Amino acid sequence: MTSTLTPPEQATKPSRPRATRTEGLTLRHRLGRLDVKYSPYIYVAPFFILFGLIGLFPLVYTFVVSLNHWNLLTGPGEWVGFDNFVTELKDPFFWNSLFNTMSIFLLSAIPQLIAATFIAAILDQNIRAKTFWRMSVLLPYVVTPVAVTLIFSSAFDEKYGLINNLLTAIHLDPIMWKTEVFPSHIAIATMVNWRWTGYNALILLAAMQAVPRDVHESAALDGAGSFRRFFSITLPSIRPTMIFVIITATIGGLQIFTEPKLFNATSATPGGPQRQYQTTVLYLWDLAFNRQDFGRASAVAWLLFILVVLIGLINFELSRRIASSEARVSKRRAKKRLAAYNADRPTGAQTQRADAADAASTTAAPGAHTQEKDS
Amino acid sequence: MSATMTQKAEAQKPASAPAGARKPRRRALGIDRRPGWITYACLGAIFLGGAYPLWWSYIAGSSPSSVLSSQWPPLLPGGLFWKNVGEVLDTVPFWLSLGNSLIVSSIITISVVFFSTLAGYAFAKLRFRGREGLMVFVVATLAVPTQLGIIPLFMVMKQFGWTGTLGAVIVPTLVTAFGVFFTRQYLVDVIPDELIEAARVDGASMIRTFWHVGVPAARPAMAILALFTFMTAWTDYLWPLLVVPQNPTLQVALSQLQSAKYVDYSIVLAGAVMATIPLLVLFILAGKQLVSGIMAGAVKG
Repeated sequence: MTSTLTPPEQATKPSRPRATRTEGLTLRHRLGRLDVKYSPYIYVAPFFILFGLIGLFPLVYTFVVSLNHWNLLTGPGEWVGFDNFVTELKDPFFWNSLFNTMSIFLLSAIPQLIAATFIAAILDQNIRAKTFWRMSVLLPYVVTPVAVTLIFSSAFDEKYGLINNLLTAIHLDPIMWKTEVFPSHIAIATMVNWRWTGYNALILLAAMQAVPRDVHESAALDGAGSFRRFFSITLPSIRPTMIFVIITATIGGLQIFTEPKLFNATSATPGGPQRQYQTTVLYLWDLAFNRQDFGRASAVAWLLFILVVLIGLINFELSRRIASSEARVSKRRAKKRLAAYNADRPTGAQTQRADAADAASTTAAPGAHTQEKDS
Repeated sequence: MSATMTQKAEAQKPASAPAGARKPRRRALGIDRRPGWITYACLGAIFLGGAYPLWWSYIAGSSPSSVLSSQWPPLLPGGLFWKNVGEVLDTVPFWLSLGNSLIVSSIITISVVFFSTLAGYAFAKLRFRGREGLMVFVVATLAVPTQLGIIPLFMVMKQFGWTGTLGAVIVPTLVTAFGVFFTRQYLVDVIPDELIEAARVDGASMIRTFWHVGVPAARPAMAILALFTFMTAWTDYLWPLLVVPQNPTLQVALSQLQSAKYVDYSIVLAGAVMATIPLLVLFILAGKQLVSGIMAGAVKG
């Protein structure tokens, strides 16, 4: 394997002096040296080459397309500079799609985070059949977004849907889930929430489990009840993970497509007859493949790209600040508590164990990898 | 990385419990106490909330569509499931799309896991110039919404005449930055540097060292990555809808069930149930691994 990999590298290597230096060595050794030097690059190369071709090149080329009049069928037209961007920024449909995206995102992210924290707190107790309950909250995650949308789109049907049937059964007015703006956003957010809440609850649960039990213990010794402990210990220590959840939810939420696309099959315009729930990616889709205007669609893609990266950066910066200050404060607090607690313990064995648990927890927090990014 | 640590931490707990007099004391303080029925009631309600939509789609998928308009929803399935299944099979190429999805997801999974492990191993354990910079690049690309590059990708696929073939679905997802990041994080702590050095001293070439030291150590991470990559590929909808509408994957075929002017929900929901069964089987077989994967920080792919 080695010998097949290295010869081309050797051929391209012009450094004569180096060759004379290694003259005393056998060919085998020389090959071994090249092996050590170049193998790492060969191992990481497939990722960078493929990623360049299928990840970066399309993004850059999208920008090129966005500077032209470009039709799906007839291809590139004339160079127009930033005209497509200007057109989009003046187009009310674009702003409408941004509004819908943000609205659906907020309606899904906020309740989801609260519910996920609540579920995680329940799972964090010393319950029986842990694995079963953990698996049970994950059940919706295995239903694909398309299937989720089909199921909920039937449940939210205005005439025969499950939910409106129940509403009329208890003598309430049916809600126009697919015609009115706000109800349609709630319906779509419900689909997202149903699928992702359990998933995020498990991430938060992992963070909660990483909080050293001793901190809870000493707080309990000081007379803190379970609610007090939740708000003063658990919540602050899972904050980095929460921010991590928010970041991933943002990147995904701003690109929501499947749910609004399939929510109402009878509407000719994707995203509702009056674009009530047309999100930005759906608008991009409509522009590119129905109206066949690749130039403007590419401009939309880049505007959305900038928005996602911008929000990501803001999130990241915020999380770094909060995480670092939080970590400092909570670490100091935990250390103080531990020290005070250990002071009145006679045996050394338990102290050791406490230290080990503490050390494990600081590295085990799944939020740790968000922090690791800046190291 | 975090995977092993959590496991270790968890393994530690039961082992240490009988040693000290800690547990009863904790119970007295109200920590680690078995929670009361309210907790289980909450858990039951959450479980119902997760399971009911699925159960209801089975009920609806096995009943005539008139049932859907009754005021109180039925709680038990009707007997028409197989008839509705037949309708689904007549309306969309279900088996073809199921096969397509299996092929696409499997190839993507193998490719992502292989290339990610290779690169992740190099980033975690090999020393080379530019390593830090390249790793920062990988992490930065995690946040890049590559989905927004669909327009040029579509043009390229059209140029190559790949539209309509499975290759067009497979190629754009052959590697992920997440996979590299994930395996790297895992391997950094798992393989001791001495082990690699020992293998090198014994005369093993780099690739042999990778194969005999790196891969065995990476196996747990590879399994988790494979699971999540498969799920992501399986659930993908936007891109397959664009390039293979005539030769659909399962998700595309499923969505075509309601593309008619009149939507018969009992057939649509029968299809939704049918399409959910494969992942449900996967969930029953590997649900535990999914849970531990998510808790270990296997985040959205």
